[in-house]
Amino acid sequence: MNPQSQDIMQYATRLGDDSLILGHRISEWVSNGPFLEEDIALGNVALDYIGRARMYYSYAAEVHNAQGGETSKSEDDFAYMRDEREYQNHLINELPRGDFAYTIVRQLLVDVYNVHYLEALKLSTDKTLAAIAHKAAKETVYHNRRSKEWTLRLGDGTSESYERMQNAIDDLWGYTHEMFEQDDLEQRLVAAGIAVDCASFKQAWLKDVSAILEQATLTVPEVEWAVRGGREGYHTESLGHILTEMQFVHRSMPGAKW
Amino acid sequence: MSVEKLELFEVFVRSKRGLDHKHTGSLHAEDQEQALEYARDVYTRRSEGVSIWVVKSNDICASQEDDSESFFDPADDKPYRHATHYPLPKEVTNM
Repeated sequence: MNPQSQDIMQYATRLGDDSLILGHRISEWVSNGPFLEEDIALGNVALDYIGRARMYYSYAAEVHNAQGGETSKSEDDFAYMRDEREYQNHLINELPRGDFAYTIVRQLLVDVYNVHYLEALKLSTDKTLAAIAHKAAKETVYHNRRSKEWTLRLGDGTSESYERMQNAIDDLWGYTHEMFEQDDLEQRLVAAGIAVDCASFKQAWLKDVSAILEQATLTVPEVEWAVRGGREGYHTESLGHILTEMQFVHRSMPGAKW
Repeated sequence: MSVEKLELFEVFVRSKRGLDHKHTGSLHAEDQEQALEYARDVYTRRSEGVSIWVVKSNDICASQEDDSESFFDPADDKPYRHATHYPLPKEVTNM
């Protein structure tokens, strides 16, 4: 496989991993939402992410298959047949769903990130990635609207909702740093105009998130700590549990259809 | 948050440009903005609409079952209020 195709396949897989793992986490709210309307709304968001994962994995498979290797792959091979160390999602996506405040804070941090990320990915010289970004960006604008409004509602709500929101922010903040760090592989693709240069919008992201938190009477944490490793395949203990549940049926009954 | 503290809204969806908004159902939400978003999520997720109205159910003033007699029965014996009551002259062909 030529080196750049190899890079693109990895990059598409990483973006697929971010989407699939977060989508799976959000889907855990289905039938557990605080009330019917929110349950359905969260289910929609989960499906948006899982749909996005399918597009990224299908593209990774397409790039792989175009190289004419011995084995042909499909989106399912990427989702179901890779183990923990092969998953390269940012860690924030795999953390347990937590309480509703935790879910909302994670969505806010990720949604604002994706608003910037997908705008930049639209400009990719890779036509398929740019097309996926065009579709996903519309969904993300809506996700972002929801998470912003929930943040305002809960942050500036009761003393309990405020406390739960602030705890979630304090717990999650250290996982945001790696979202703006890129290894050699992604830097090669950035140089080629294919991948998004995350560092370029870190300040804009921080400004957007800070403004929303401030309006919600919440505080941006000052304590500096960071957990990283997702893009290298080093995960928290949570990912293994997700994969066990998510991959079980596919692996125990290979080729099953219904 | 419990449903009891939420308000009830009625949802009207326009399915196509040029058509009217039609009542499609109701939902619970805390305010108009949230009601609009839930209407989008609950009633238009299979491409059912191009525009949504939401209105608090309490703000709708509705006729009551008890009013039926006085409201609607008097219209029953007034066929002259229908255009079809009047014979058309033969000369009028397109109407």
